[in-house]
Amino acid sequence: MTLKLQDLTKTYGPARALDRVTFSVAPGERVALLGHNGAGKSTLMKIVLGLIPHDGGAVQVLGAAPGVRRAGVAYLPENVAFHPALTGEEQIGLFLSLRGQDPRGARALLARVGLHDAAARRIGTYSKGMRQRVGLAQALIGHPRLLILDEPTSGLDPVSRRDFYALLDGLSAQGAAILLSSHALTEVEARTDRIVILSGGRLVAEGALERLRIEAGLPVALVVTPATGQGDGVATHLPGAERVGEKLVLTCKAPEKLGHLARIAALGPKVADVDVIPPSLEDIYSHFSRRDGQ
Amino acid sequence: MTAILALALSEFRIGLRNRWLAIAMGLMVVFALVLSAAGSGPTGSLGVDRLSVTVASLTSLSVYLVPLMALLMSFDAVAGEVERGTLALILTYPLSRGQLLAGKALAHLAILSLAMVAGFGAAGVLAAILDPRAVEGLPALVRLVLSSIALGATFLGLGYAISARARRPSGAAGLAVGLWLLAVVLYDLGLLAAVVADNGGAFTLHVFPLTLLANPADAFRLYNLAASQATGAAAGVASAASSVPVPWSALSVALWPFLAFGLALVSFRKVQP
Repeated sequence: MTLKLQDLTKTYGPARALDRVTFSVAPGERVALLGHNGAGKSTLMKIVLGLIPHDGGAVQVLGAAPGVRRAGVAYLPENVAFHPALTGEEQIGLFLSLRGQDPRGARALLARVGLHDAAARRIGTYSKGMRQRVGLAQALIGHPRLLILDEPTSGLDPVSRRDFYALLDGLSAQGAAILLSSHALTEVEARTDRIVILSGGRLVAEGALERLRIEAGLPVALVVTPATGQGDGVATHLPGAERVGEKLVLTCKAPEKLGHLARIAALGPKVADVDVIPPSLEDIYSHFSRRDGQ
Repeated sequence: MTAILALALSEFRIGLRNRWLAIAMGLMVVFALVLSAAGSGPTGSLGVDRLSVTVASLTSLSVYLVPLMALLMSFDAVAGEVERGTLALILTYPLSRGQLLAGKALAHLAILSLAMVAGFGAAGVLAAILDPRAVEGLPALVRLVLSSIALGATFLGLGYAISARARRPSGAAGLAVGLWLLAVVLYDLGLLAAVVADNGGAFTLHVFPLTLLANPADAFRLYNLAASQATGAAAGVASAASSVPVPWSALSVALWPFLAFGLALVSFRKVQP
């Protein structure tokens, strides 16, 4: 295991920022850490990085205590910032030197995140998205075995986000473990292997999205589009369906889905189309974070 | 070592772009030249070369200016990084907090040293042009440059300690100004009051010289005035220079930078980004 947390606990005075959190991340695995603001995501990351101490439980990062194997760990902080007086190239050059690499590789690294043309400009003139990309560039230095990314895609436009996840795919294919937090649930849905949901410092759900979906037992929506003029006819065959404009929306539990589909299919030419809409990650996320009374 | 040098280079660049190097050098050159031009009066009556007298004047200048410049450069070092949010990231890199501090200190000290070499060097050149005997004062000038660098290092270290403890740049700035006032103004005033009240008693004879050595700014002044035997040109607290042996004040000047950096490191290690 690249990262292993066992009953991790952190208290600030009487408040428990993290309460017996247990999970691990294997090499090559991409794990998304979800939770409200103040759920303990950033605290957890800072403990893993060795920036702040923890009060209880055990943490192993690359087989050692946090902060020991720093050469193998990369970090992208939330709202990453740099000194405004340095150019992107100088800043990345410094980071390369600090990891024992040739600072002349800065321009190539910046080109990898699409900042080649801005490399000689001062970071003070960069937009938020460009700063984020400088932050990403420094996290790529020296083939890290564990990447801790706090809200890595905030401030990035949709195209940059896609490029960013493509970079992550490449890293995880090479065996890097990735722990990232995000508010953009839909992108996490498609691009991570496993999800960990924190709520009020406690781990409330963990697993692959499919498993969480079953565990949550949230209803599936079947959207039926009747053939022209067949709206009423179809509605009588589907008691409980809700009319939304021309369409009929039938919500049911996941195990009942196939039975309903069979009935709809039996209506033959009366139905023009049918869509199955599973619960979204947002629904699943709200389900698990709300269960805690939040 | 590569890490420290890389950090120092980057910090030095920031110093260049923030105009710190230009301001520090300009300030030192202008003040040093004005003082050495104005300090030509007492030369004849004291019977010493022009440069030695200039060094006495420059010592008084350094006591005020060097700690001020060092504190202005250092108060932001940790607190500023905490506020900008840059500290957390750099601390996840494989380098120690000592190395991080050393890199910053190296750059700041280089800027201060360049300013002092430029300022005192200009004063030395001016004195040499005006007085052929000025060469006699050269050792005093070298001592002044070296001890000024030590004084600068001391206040850089104290500035880092303040910066690490204050956590916010505004708080650190206030504390830095407070420390400056205390070290170069209030401390001496307090001692003077105590000496006057004591009226030649045990305090004046035994405790007073030691209290001067405990303050890096006073130790610096004592060392330079006593070592160059320019006490005749000095007044006030500095006239105590003759009562403190030169090795003592030299030791204080040399030890303070280590003490200050020790304090800075202890304070910085407590910072949680």
